[in-house]
Amino acid sequence: MIPDLGKYTDTVLWSYAASIGLLAALIVFSVMRGRKTRAEMEKIEQRMSRNG
Amino acid sequence: MIALLLRDLKLALRAGGGFGLGLAFFLIVTVLVPFSVGPQSSLLSTIAPGVLWLGALLACLLSLDRLLALDWEDGSLDLLATAPLPLETVVTVKALAHWLTTGLPLVLAAPFLGVLLNLPVPGFLWLVVSLLLGTPAMSVIGTFGAALTVGLKRGGLLLSLLVLPLYVPTLIFGAEVARRGATGMETQTPLLMLAGITAATVALLPFASAAVLRINLR
Amino acid sequence: MSIAAKANALWEYANPRKFLATSERVMPFFWVTSITCIVVGLVWGFFFTPDDFRQGSTVKIIYLHVPAALMAINCWLMMLATSLVWLVRRHHVSALAARAAAPVGVVMTLIALITGAIWGQPMWGTWWEWDPRLTSFLILFLFYLGYIALWEAIEDSDTAADLTSVLCLVGSVFALLSRYAVNFWNQGLHQGASVMRAAAVTGADTEEKVSNVYFFPLLVCIIGFVFLFIALVLYRTGTEIRARRIKALLARERVSG
Repeated sequence: MIPDLGKYTDTVLWSYAASIGLLAALIVFSVMRGRKTRAEMEKIEQRMSRNG
Repeated sequence: MIALLLRDLKLALRAGGGFGLGLAFFLIVTVLVPFSVGPQSSLLSTIAPGVLWLGALLACLLSLDRLLALDWEDGSLDLLATAPLPLETVVTVKALAHWLTTGLPLVLAAPFLGVLLNLPVPGFLWLVVSLLLGTPAMSVIGTFGAALTVGLKRGGLLLSLLVLPLYVPTLIFGAEVARRGATGMETQTPLLMLAGITAATVALLPFASAAVLRINLR
Repeated sequence: MSIAAKANALWEYANPRKFLATSERVMPFFWVTSITCIVVGLVWGFFFTPDDFRQGSTVKIIYLHVPAALMAINCWLMMLATSLVWLVRRHHVSALAARAAAPVGVVMTLIALITGAIWGQPMWGTWWEWDPRLTSFLILFLFYLGYIALWEAIEDSDTAADLTSVLCLVGSVFALLSRYAVNFWNQGLHQGASVMRAAAVTGADTEEKVSNVYFFPLLVCIIGFVFLFIALVLYRTGTEIRARRIKALLARERVSG
């Protein structure tokens, strides 16, 4: 499946793994924080509107 | 203006803080270097210009968090901000006082510490010249950093993180002058660049420092 | 619409509500395009391009290294622009966008540095070389760290926005200075920016040019990274806006309750 990368297999695969891993971590972290903030805001807004 | 300068100098001398501590730190760093890299005099004389520049830079950095913090705590900074003196001038005077109490002693001490590290003879002149040109920039940049972090409780570490990258150009050209001078190469180009950076920072950065200070005093 | 009216329309997005509504509408497009482009570009580059005759298969690293390096710099430029907008026009969204972009820039810089190090190991025989380009990126990384640390350290968000904006301006000047200083200090191993030259001269160039075979998948990857950056910044700015609103609501609650 993977094309023959010759003697540089480790080099190429490691750099792909590191980069994609970092990007994925950034996206996951952003989305998790985004979800948390959004939920918290909605909770507070509901509480505020109930209390007037 | 002169009164403010004299007041700052007097305070620095009386408290003994920046004045002695910076020098002692510089001395200790220089003494520790042979312990960490080994006592071969040829190696030491090669790295001496760079080590002395780095030591001076760190000693300067060490004294920065006291630059504005004391005035901030006792409220005299608020007074200075409402005084008729423009804040840009205040900031410049503060930087000047810092240079006179920290930078200048470091410059004067550097040749003696150079002896400890086997600095080659032609290097002494260039070391002093480069430090003399470079330390004012370090004081002015440091004042900017101090103004940025003045209101923060644990500003010291953050201050180093902010200021050190700003020191890069000064360090590169300054250490380059000292290194080239020590090996007898021509020093004109880095010397001119160093002088240019110092002139530009001294002329322009006080405006940024004053702006930042105004935001912090709001 | 006249240009002035268009410009006015642009400023409408400085309204947080309007920004949130619009960004929510366009974000799916950016996400889908960016992921598609990156996947297509990487698969194309990884499976369907030949090895370089000098660099062997390591040339495939270019599809990550170059886009990340480009975005690392563009991210700082974007932060510079939004900081200026904040200082001049005091739009909160602008300051928050700068804050939201900084961590993305850090990750891009890290990717460029890490892939560079992994690539440099077989090519230059060393993981790290104090080469001007590598060194400049390391310095850029430090600037990002300082910028983020300052944001985190200050509690009042308007003060934080002001201070970080000034830091961004001053930092940009010093980053540029450092770039020249570092160039002077050490002429390096790294080849010049060959991508743009290849784009301009697609015909015969020097041996350093990136040939067409590599250029098109690389272009797709660059587009993907640009869109990913936009999507991430839009999303993260939305998060910052909500976080700011939470703070404001809690403060109001404390006053009234």
